[in-house]
Amino acid sequence: MEGAELAGKILSTWLTLVLGLILLPSAFGVSLGISEIYMKILVKTLEWATIRIEKGVPKESGLKSSASVGIIQRDESPMEKGLSGLRGRDFELSDAFYFSKKGLEAIVEDEVTQRFSSEELVSWNLLTRTNMNFQYISLRLTAVWVLGVLVRYCVLLPLRVTLAFIGISLLVIGTTLVGQLPDSSLKNWLSELVHLTCCRICVRALSGTIHYHNKQYRPQKGGICVANHTSPIDVLILTTDGCYAMVGQVHGGLMGIIQRAMVKACPHVWFERSEMKDRHLVTKRLKEHIADKKKLPILIFPEGTCINNTSVMMFKKGSFEIGGTIHPVAIKYNPQFGDAFWNSSKYNMVSYLLRMMTSWAIVCDVWYMPPMTREEGEDAVRFANRVKSAIAVQGGLTELPWDGGLKRAKVKDTFKEEQQKNYSKMLVGNGSL
Amino acid sequence: MGSRGSHAARIPDGDSIRRETGFSQASLLRLYHRFRALDRNEKGYLSRVDLQQIGALAVNPLGERIIDSFFPDGNLRVDFPGFVRVLAHFRPVDDDDSGMRDPKQPEPLNSRMNKLRFVFQLYDLDRDGKISRHEMLQVLRLMVGVQVTEEQLESITDRTVQEADEDGDGAVSFLEFTKSLEKMDIEQKMSIRILK
Repeated sequence: MEGAELAGKILSTWLTLVLGLILLPSAFGVSLGISEIYMKILVKTLEWATIRIEKGVPKESGLKSSASVGIIQRDESPMEKGLSGLRGRDFELSDAFYFSKKGLEAIVEDEVTQRFSSEELVSWNLLTRTNMNFQYISLRLTAVWVLGVLVRYCVLLPLRVTLAFIGISLLVIGTTLVGQLPDSSLKNWLSELVHLTCCRICVRALSGTIHYHNKQYRPQKGGICVANHTSPIDVLILTTDGCYAMVGQVHGGLMGIIQRAMVKACPHVWFERSEMKDRHLVTKRLKEHIADKKKLPILIFPEGTCINNTSVMMFKKGSFEIGGTIHPVAIKYNPQFGDAFWNSSKYNMVSYLLRMMTSWAIVCDVWYMPPMTREEGEDAVRFANRVKSAIAVQGGLTELPWDGGLKRAKVKDTFKEEQQKNYSKMLVGNGSL
Repeated sequence: MGSRGSHAARIPDGDSIRRETGFSQASLLRLYHRFRALDRNEKGYLSRVDLQQIGALAVNPLGERIIDSFFPDGNLRVDFPGFVRVLAHFRPVDDDDSGMRDPKQPEPLNSRMNKLRFVFQLYDLDRDGKISRHEMLQVLRLMVGVQVTEEQLESITDRTVQEADEDGDGAVSFLEFTKSLEKMDIEQKMSIRILK
């Protein structure tokens, strides 16, 4: 019996600590500064580790993993210049040289495939998962690494799982309770409170440190918030600072329960899987939502899939056809403390969450940007590209015209036809037959 | 990528591949990572679909022919040595290659001759050593899609074959091919330099 009593005492002390140090401050939006101290210690440790690694690695074996610099020397001259041979622009047997070189260059390195795997780090951050070149450097470093593993798995992980559990349960219970109330401003205020508190708890469950910039541009009611997509955690990060109406498919299981509970407290836009295919229906419902100025801004990720946070890919034009004011938001994670990218072909949701909870921390910057609207005579695609450029510039990400859907599907034939057209114009358009 | 620590020694047959292709240790490691990144299901080899998924390659007019060059003799899979062997054709010509070469050794894969042979095989669909008029038409059709009419394509083909064909057999042999391109700076146009 004594064992059970002891266990009970430990559990209750643990819960009281958690309640006092984490839950209550979250409800009031106040921070006790514990995470800041943790981050400072972490930064100092990683700096020390980097210095030791650089001292340890001999200068010759320089396989420096340069994160975004290409690995081959590229000649980006346009097709015309690359194809000019000795005899002007008629078809030449040598034209094949240009295309074969471009083709082989794409095989060695292409812009798109690398965006669907995690970013390479310039210096190791003491997590095995980012270890590209494991070399035994020194005993001290290995000891620190072992200590890190212990801290992460035995101290941080249980804490984080507890918090996540509490956070999600509170969310479901809270929103169900608030949903019982009749529609009133009290209900809205309460539902905001519940959402914000639970999101803050969940963010602490990941040891998240988020910096919000330009809060004056925070998305307003009746607008559409548009952001680049790296992982499901993006949603958590944005809702910690404001309430949004989410758009998405109804899932089964735990996600489904959360979704159904949330929609009772405030109007989100959830679609059945069959409805998602009908673009007109989707557009109609979204239009109805933003027409009501009292409803929360909609949160949309126009890329449609998770990208690894080094670049922004094609924004699907659907979100930009709805009308209304677009509030762009740029999210950039700091990969040094933990890789937030969800590689859905490699990890499922549970193993992804586990990886998140055993990283050091999630550190990111969120930039709110001034609202944009579609100009006269601008079509949806161009507007989408304009917003995409703005987000890319703000977040320091590269801009790519490719579709994120390339993760799973082959490139559309229309792109190939464009290349063929360009080439044909050169052969025939000059009238040199 | 992340947790798979990699070491050059772990590339299977690393040393023999290095000798055969002339790639440096660092370059080979880079290519090995690339091979594994393209091999999405971690099968240990690449299939046509893996290469077709590369966007920039799929839109290349000669994309299908380039992919064909990785799968000679009707193979359906290419392993890492095969992968590197094709890429080796595009290794820049270093000084130490053209210097003291032992004539008994096989020619390096990135010699001028072998680069030309690579491109020749892009045209020579049935690999019989000659580019027939029919083959040229087919490859041209691949490159221009539906943008050019049959007559225009035929006249381009006729002109090209006529200009290159010296012995009048209506087809372009490898020798005739190399002769028509003797003034071209092949080394520069067909080289991809991997940065360290």
